Amino acid sequence: MTAQTVTPPQTAVAKTKAQALRSYDVADFPALTGREEEWRFTPLKRLRGLATMDGAAAGPAPKVEYGELPAGTSVSTVDGADPVLVPFDRISALAYGAAKQVTLVEVAAEAAAAEPAYLRVVGPGELSFARTQVRVGRFARTALVIEQVGPATLADNVEVVVAEGASLTLVTIANWDQDAVQAQHVRFRLGRDAKVTHVQVALGGDLVRQYTSVEYTGRGGEAELYGLYFADAGQHLEHRLLVDHSVPDCRSYVAYRGALQGESARTVWVGDVLIQKEATGTDTYEINRNLVLTDGARADSVPNLEIETGEVIGAGHASATGRFDDEQLFYLMSRGIPQTEARKLVVRGFFADLLAKVPMDELRERLTTAVEARLEKAGA
Amino acid sequence: MSVLEIRDLKVSVKLPDGQLKPILAGVDLTVRAGETHAIMGPNGSGKSTLAYSVAGHPKYEITGGSVTLDGQDVLAMTVDERARAGLFLAMQYPVEVPGVSVANFLRTAKTAIDGAAPKLRTWSGELREAMERLGMDPAFGQRNVNEGFSGGEKKRHEIVQLELLKPKIAILDETDSGLDIDALRVVSAGVNRVRDTGATGILLITHYTRILRYVKPDFVHVFVGGRIVEEGGPELAESLEAEGYERYLAGAGSARA
Repeated sequence: MTAQTVTPPQTAVAKTKAQALRSYDVADFPALTGREEEWRFTPLKRLRGLATMDGAAAGPAPKVEYGELPAGTSVSTVDGADPVLVPFDRISALAYGAAKQVTLVEVAAEAAAAEPAYLRVVGPGELSFARTQVRVGRFARTALVIEQVGPATLADNVEVVVAEGASLTLVTIANWDQDAVQAQHVRFRLGRDAKVTHVQVALGGDLVRQYTSVEYTGRGGEAELYGLYFADAGQHLEHRLLVDHSVPDCRSYVAYRGALQGESARTVWVGDVLIQKEATGTDTYEINRNLVLTDGARADSVPNLEIETGEVIGAGHASATGRFDDEQLFYLMSRGIPQTEARKLVVRGFFADLLAKVPMDELRERLTTAVEARLEKAGA
Repeated sequence: MSVLEIRDLKVSVKLPDGQLKPILAGVDLTVRAGETHAIMGPNGSGKSTLAYSVAGHPKYEITGGSVTLDGQDVLAMTVDERARAGLFLAMQYPVEVPGVSVANFLRTAKTAIDGAAPKLRTWSGELREAMERLGMDPAFGQRNVNEGFSGGEKKRHEIVQLELLKPKIAILDETDSGLDIDALRVVSAGVNRVRDTGATGILLITHYTRILRYVKPDFVHVFVGGRIVEEGGPELAESLEAEGYERYLAGAGSARA
């Protein structure tokens, strides 16, 4: 039994999302039923109450650990911070309201970091909420890695401001324990000529749902959004994106790749790109590819592109879900390559371009090893 | 001297509904290193089934007989073990493997077959030369395996592998099909180079006689209805060229519709 679907592109969804209800109060959003377009793929029951609670008493926040930071970068914990992400659904409002403090990462204007800053976020194992805010000053150039590990039931918002002319490479890694649950919202706000390169990696956790959105506040903004996910038996990994082109002459490129193996391994990718009437000169492309390694896994992939102006440089999307099939395996094995090695070869090749975007050699090696360990574990 | 011995081999294909459909009805064949055998027969006679079942394709089930390579039981080996034991199958329809570059694939295969990684210092030159001998631009090394290759490029790539992996026994399944005359010459020259080493036994499976103008067989076997119905020397290919398979088909029937 296997299933893989590519749902045909939809229209007029992105605009609706861009105009969706915004509120800081979780009570303003109706409780989720699972019938909502935004939630129809998510197994709400496995969210352990995150979909229905009104900000109940939370345990301690996840612990944030970091070593030496590059010059110009500072990390602090503050009681509040002007929200970059105005909550637009129940869980982002819940995280906003329930997170007691904000982890603030600041990069000074014109700082040029030679090495990436590395933050390790350790889940407390109980219900928790978190807000992280990253502020990159004007003309700074920097890279930041945020890796989330441990046990968790977490709703968290990550808010990122890249000021005029600045450039940020952000790697976020959901490397949770097997039974973790996470509903995350990531928001990028890009100033004039600002650039963000985001690499979003999802490996561990029972259910990980990540919603990434981008807004531009000046011309020349550029967002490259890459994603790498690997779902094992029983895991649900869901990625949603909304790139809202509302100002002229900005660029976005979205490329997510996922591998799936094992019974009931499940991934969802929904990529929305909206080019508003004012956003002439936009250049955008989004692509999602999935590699289904075994029977019983299911990948959903829904690219949505909504264009309200004809004066664009480029606008396109693509989606492909393929199987690593018996014929490929036979071909590689008939050249003497053992089965496990054959799978590694294919998966390594599939993720190679994305892993090349990871800025730290040690981290890139570790992620490659982690992906290959998955293949070994499955006894593939 | 390596020898592949096929004795009374009976093979069925597994149909999607789980049923077994008999294809090979008892095949006897001995191929020694240095020899070139041609297996000729009409479409549907089971030639490809012979090739794929010896290589270990999971679609086929062995229902009787034996296959040994230098006395070792080939049928007890996994597909990769068969290749490491010295068997090679050049496929009629080589498979596309997205995400895996030709260079990476060939190095991995060479490492698996030899049991040790090829020497970095000499390997890239060896690879480039092997590709150039088959008329493949070395830039193909960076392309994904067989992805977007033309029919002729896929066949050349198979013979590049044959030359690099140096098997004891090579089965070439309809390697001539879909090749224009220039590509046929280049591919045949590659097969002849391997034959001339004397270290590889070649089993050439073909429907047509035209490749036999370039690769001279020592033995010709006529394959009809899942078994060998006549054997001879190169002259047998010439008579088939003139007369076709009709006289064998009368009464023998076809193993596949």
